[in-house]
Amino acid sequence: MAGLRQRVLAVMHRRTELGAWALLAPGTFWLLLFFLVPILIMFVYSLMPRGVYGGVESGFTLEHYRRFFNPLYLQILNRTFLWSIAATVICLLMGYPVAYVIARSGKWKNLLMFLVVLPFWTSFLVRTFAMIFLLRDTGFINTMLMNAGLIRQPIEMLYTPFAVMTGLVYGFLPFMVLPVYASLEKLDLSLLEAAEVLGARPAARFLKVTLPLSLPGVVAGCLLVFIPSLGSFLTSDLLGGAKQVMIGNLIQNQFSAARNWPFGSAASFIVMALVLAAVVAYLRVRDRSPGGGGLR
Amino acid sequence: MAAPPSDQPIVQFTRVSKSFGDIKAVNDISIEIHRGEFFSLLGPSGCGKTTTLRLLAGFEQPDPDGGEVRIAGEVVNRKRPYERQIGMVFQNYAIFPHLSVERNVAFGLEQHKVARAEIPDRVVKALEMVRLDPGKFSLRMPDQLSGGQRQRVALARALVLRPAILLLDEPLGAIDLKLRKEMQLELKQLNKSLGITFVYVTHDQEEALTMSDRIAVMDNGLVAQLGTPAEIYENPRTAFVAKFIGESNFFDGKVHGCDGDQWEIRGPLGNFRVPGDARLTEGGVARIAVRPEWMDLFRPEALPPEENGLVGTIREVIYLGETIHVIVTLADGADCTVALRNEGQLIKPVPWRKGDRAAVAWPPEDCQVLEED
Amino acid sequence: MKLPRWLVGFSFLVYLFLHLPLIVLVVFSFNDSKYGVSWVGFTWDWYRRLLEREDILNGLKASMIVGVTATVVSAVFGTLIALAVARHRFRGRTALEAFLYVPLVTPEIVVGISLLILFVLLGLPLGIGTITIAHIAFCISFVVVVVLARLQGMDQNLEEAAMTLGADEITTFWKITVPLLWPGIISGALLAFTMSFDDFVITSFVSGTGSSTLPIVVYGMVRKNIEPSINAISTIILIATSLLIYLADRLGQDRPLKA
Repeated sequence: MAGLRQRVLAVMHRRTELGAWALLAPGTFWLLLFFLVPILIMFVYSLMPRGVYGGVESGFTLEHYRRFFNPLYLQILNRTFLWSIAATVICLLMGYPVAYVIARSGKWKNLLMFLVVLPFWTSFLVRTFAMIFLLRDTGFINTMLMNAGLIRQPIEMLYTPFAVMTGLVYGFLPFMVLPVYASLEKLDLSLLEAAEVLGARPAARFLKVTLPLSLPGVVAGCLLVFIPSLGSFLTSDLLGGAKQVMIGNLIQNQFSAARNWPFGSAASFIVMALVLAAVVAYLRVRDRSPGGGGLR
Repeated sequence: MAAPPSDQPIVQFTRVSKSFGDIKAVNDISIEIHRGEFFSLLGPSGCGKTTTLRLLAGFEQPDPDGGEVRIAGEVVNRKRPYERQIGMVFQNYAIFPHLSVERNVAFGLEQHKVARAEIPDRVVKALEMVRLDPGKFSLRMPDQLSGGQRQRVALARALVLRPAILLLDEPLGAIDLKLRKEMQLELKQLNKSLGITFVYVTHDQEEALTMSDRIAVMDNGLVAQLGTPAEIYENPRTAFVAKFIGESNFFDGKVHGCDGDQWEIRGPLGNFRVPGDARLTEGGVARIAVRPEWMDLFRPEALPPEENGLVGTIREVIYLGETIHVIVTLADGADCTVALRNEGQLIKPVPWRKGDRAAVAWPPEDCQVLEED
Repeated sequence: MKLPRWLVGFSFLVYLFLHLPLIVLVVFSFNDSKYGVSWVGFTWDWYRRLLEREDILNGLKASMIVGVTATVVSAVFGTLIALAVARHRFRGRTALEAFLYVPLVTPEIVVGISLLILFVLLGLPLGIGTITIAHIAFCISFVVVVVLARLQGMDQNLEEAAMTLGADEITTFWKITVPLLWPGIISGALLAFTMSFDDFVITSFVSGTGSSTLPIVVYGMVRKNIEPSINAISTIILIATSLLIYLADRLGQDRPLKA
């Protein structure tokens, strides 16, 4: 037993690679086998022809990727892209002021931040349902408006692009507030005082000092909203109905009704590639900007 | 292990080097530290003093052919910190946040398997030794303590084990000035009363001069000079030491010749005499340092002949409370600072004004011949 | 610098936007009316009905089994990885760190279908087992992020101090590192459990037909527009996960680690 202890100590004190790999092995192996490998297999699938029951049969083909460039599917991709960008912009317009207010709230900071983060951590499904409950024809908003006599017929809100957009914003708004807040919190207030002394008005102070310095947070926030929106599935499924199809729904469909696994894999891979491109772009921008880095 | 002879140094660094990648943080240094001594490693950031301390502690190992570190005569290159007879106090205290004060202090005793019954008593004594009232502080948690109190706990925790050597890594850096001066004296007293060797790292030269028996001034991984505070201050060996410790005025020149036991140096600012020194060679280049407080000011025509003198114009007279600093611009535009004792400007003001012509003068014996850095 | 009134007002509206839907949801879970959104009266009925529904109870059981298993396993694996990354030097460390973050940005759809493909390829029957495997995979990254942050914020001098006091590496690990890391590990575990408990998309792909976890059951109820029972179960889920997140947050901030 003493010998074992000595040997473990020797490994620990030298901080050797052996020690490191012993620690890393189980988790890394799990991630490799159940995260990386499946994605690689999926990629391979996307290059194989479709089999009889929707699976694959041996062979190599680019037809699924070619098929994706059909206007029908491109339209879906386009829509997904546009909606993701729109959601990002709206989240920015709504989230930045909130982050700003929280950063200036002194002792209330933690509480206010917690209240923003809390809904985000609770079930996405539940929150999406809450939206349904509000927006549907027999839902809360319509009922209130009708009871107040403001409208005669229920306003169709559910199963519209508006509903999906609202769902996306609702789901990912906290993702914008968090990094922007982190950036703004670090802002040195004396910089603004200096600007004021030099004669800058509030608007100028914001545009020339606050905004540029909070840019790392803004960029991170945009990324954190854009990426999940791109891959989103539940929102458009529950709030958009059959007509508002996003890429996520298209992919899911290939694995249920449409039975075309390789095509679904190809579409998946394209989404994955877009996401990675966005991340890489973000990292490049981050490493080049003056206040860059440190927003993990 | 037999007790080593009592005149053997407790710590020996023999040609020790430590590299990080391509950079030699510690470059072939050799130091001996005596038992019970208060020994300081002094230098600017990046000079290698902390690395030296960590080599002694065992957190770093010397390079493969980078010399030997000995504690009590034994080579400890391969020994882990917990196998060496050391205690350590860190700059940010490193008090265990999840343990109370008394559990912190008891930690080392538990690790050394001291009898359970003995521990509480030793903890109490250790806390009293660092002037923390056990009744008040024993059960407190670290986040309920001030910086100074935490440092005392760190001290108690290390000293309760009576290590042969106590290592201190800039322990007073984060403490405010007044408390710092108090603690400097306390540390000195502990060193003397306990007989434990203190090895102290600092960048504050005043602190080192106040507390140390001997100082090793370090620069770029090398020991620039090792000696008592008086030796370091009054006989700086290199320009680096002369600049880092206190203030110095520097004069360069060529060695012209020898006249009896005095050498004459001719420089761009003027000529001056230096007592005989083995390091001076005829025709060679010489650099000397003179401290401002060893200089005096005279009217140029009243310059005493036996003193060195350089004539210039007074640029500035600065009131510093204890002293008056007079800045004199010499021949080629170089400045020289003279420190005069302030005997009360309201009663006995110095007779110097901006723009006056004056001669800075100093006795030849006060010239410090400097070596290459 | 005072905040302009309009800014505060706007922020208040945003907060309302974030919380109102949930408040409405909760309130109407007590509404004594099957249809419509007019308040009739207070009742516990819908909650009682939940207890009668076998699918809800089974779903809850399944979610708990998967959740606890995935949490424990991912907490262990994740902590080990964090320790390696924070305290050891090894080749490929930066690449590994990057790799650990990829699961967090990968769309759930992609993760879900790729695992489905794998399981079918391997011939594994879809069920609680495959769900658990999938959950462990995505929970590991969450645990690593939390524990790593805590480790990196931890003063290394603390471990060094312990060694100067006579504790060897193993003792230092158990007496100093682990106690100080523990709140971070719990925090990461709670986060992992919440993510697992709430997961829908990935689970839907790898659970096949038949009974499944709670979110799958709730989804079915939403699709079929079941009576206010959905509100009831939603409220319960909301409260439960809020509590867990609150705990994870408190533990994550516990005690300053730097003097």
